[in-house]
Amino acid sequence: MQIRLDNLERSYGKVHAVDGISLFVPQNRIFGIIGRSGAGKSTLVRLMSLLETPDSGQVLYDDRRVDNLTKQDLIAQRRKIGMIFQNFNLFSSRTAGQNIAYPMEICGYQKSQIETRVQELLNLVGLEDRNDAPISTLSGGQKQRVAIARALACKPEVLFCDEATSALDPQTTKSILELIKDIQKKMNLTVVMITHQMEVVRDACDFVAVLDNGRIVEEGTVKELFAHPKTDVSKDFLSHLTTVDADRSSMVFWSNVPGRYTLRFAGATADSPVISELARQYGVVFNIRGGGIQHVGGDDFGTLICDISGDPQAVKVSIEKLKENNIVVEEANA
Amino acid sequence: MTKAIWTLIFQSTLQTLQMVFFSTIFSILLGLPLGILLCVTRPEEHGGIMPKPVLNSILDKIVNVLRSFPFIILMIILFPLSRLLVGTTIGTTATIVPLSIAAAPFAARVIETSLKEVDTGVIQAARSMGSTNRQIIFKVMILEAMPSLVSGVTLTIINLVGYSAMAGAIGGGGLGDLAIRYGYQRTRTDVMIVAVVIILVLVELIQFIGNKISAQILSKR
Repeated sequence: MQIRLDNLERSYGKVHAVDGISLFVPQNRIFGIIGRSGAGKSTLVRLMSLLETPDSGQVLYDDRRVDNLTKQDLIAQRRKIGMIFQNFNLFSSRTAGQNIAYPMEICGYQKSQIETRVQELLNLVGLEDRNDAPISTLSGGQKQRVAIARALACKPEVLFCDEATSALDPQTTKSILELIKDIQKKMNLTVVMITHQMEVVRDACDFVAVLDNGRIVEEGTVKELFAHPKTDVSKDFLSHLTTVDADRSSMVFWSNVPGRYTLRFAGATADSPVISELARQYGVVFNIRGGGIQHVGGDDFGTLICDISGDPQAVKVSIEKLKENNIVVEEANA
Repeated sequence: MTKAIWTLIFQSTLQTLQMVFFSTIFSILLGLPLGILLCVTRPEEHGGIMPKPVLNSILDKIVNVLRSFPFIILMIILFPLSRLLVGTTIGTTATIVPLSIAAAPFAARVIETSLKEVDTGVIQAARSMGSTNRQIIFKVMILEAMPSLVSGVTLTIINLVGYSAMAGAIGGGGLGDLAIRYGYQRTRTDVMIVAVVIILVLVELIQFIGNKISAQILSKR
């Protein structure tokens, strides 16, 4: 299913949470929407998933207008939407299996049909043996897996993920993202991911829109964003990426000490000897600890992991220069 | 104390149990829908799933007025209703009418409070899956709130034990009646003490059972 937003607006009092957003989400892709807290992400996803109605503008699913449905049609439409949340929002009164059964119960599936499908879904998310587990006995990652299974129970055409990995540690985040990517392919889903973590966009999304102050300030493929971020918001997000832990297998390390900075090169930037020039010009020392090719948003990036030492001011200036040369600099959190 | 007195005490205890039992059922039958309505018709910004602010504030006022009414006065006001429904205004059966009506707004409040505690995120998730309001109420909110609802109902029953004793003052039957007629009017302190002790034991027992059930539900989550 493809989604089109046409000049959406939604205010709460004087706050324009969503301020004229038009967006196209292609089908069978993972589309990321990234923004700082308060940028309007949550409102936007609630408008897209028909949990709220816009003040003006339109939401179209496959060119069919859905923001003005009658109560009956709205409920029918929501049953074809899957959604997962930051806090999982599972029913504590039900076991894992019963949680997954809920959407099928309300849609009037047969009991035997529900049982088979619940087992199928538990298998899909890798929790085969947790059918009878009370929710409180599950870990955060397992809870999100149950939530994913529940969201997919009625075979939706679209899955909305509202900060789905924000409450999880990096390792679990990675495994949940892998699961979502895997399911997206298997089920031909359109996935919309709302997040404030650039890692999520890097590791899972095909397309991305950057949200700031209720507007979309940048939009395109993830590769484009990483290679040529245009706005300050995007650059800021890129600079706060936690370092390259992602795919060590594609990297060669000649030091066991992880470097502080990860530099990513895309396209034409590789042509000029930027690092040597900086080293000569500012007297900073690049200690290169590892390097390789990495996959970001479906494309390859040259990656170098290094420390940069020297006069702190000079280091700062060098990093600015690197960024000016369209090299993405990610700094590890100390 | 003579055997006749003990028989009387036994009968009074049964009457109290009977009054409390039936008025609990009726007050919850009245209070549950009212409590649900109070919760779901809240304004949207307060988390109401079927916002009807005017209806909500009217119900809210009614509940407040009924709750602040002194029970003895309420009973007297409701004499005509008791007569209409039961044919008399004195005795155990007649007392069930004002007891139920006095406890219903209390039950509604505790039920409303329990339902309000249900995580709004969970309700939002249920809504996003295409639940109807009815499904959200009966398949999500009530089940999620169950341990807290049980505590609330326990509290209602204990209140009813107290009210039923008070009803003795105007011919309501039960242990309160016994304590007033024998203990106070005939100065039989021993009967008074026994009646009070039985009421205390009843309250303790109800609280104990309520806590157990609530804990039992929680332990399975």
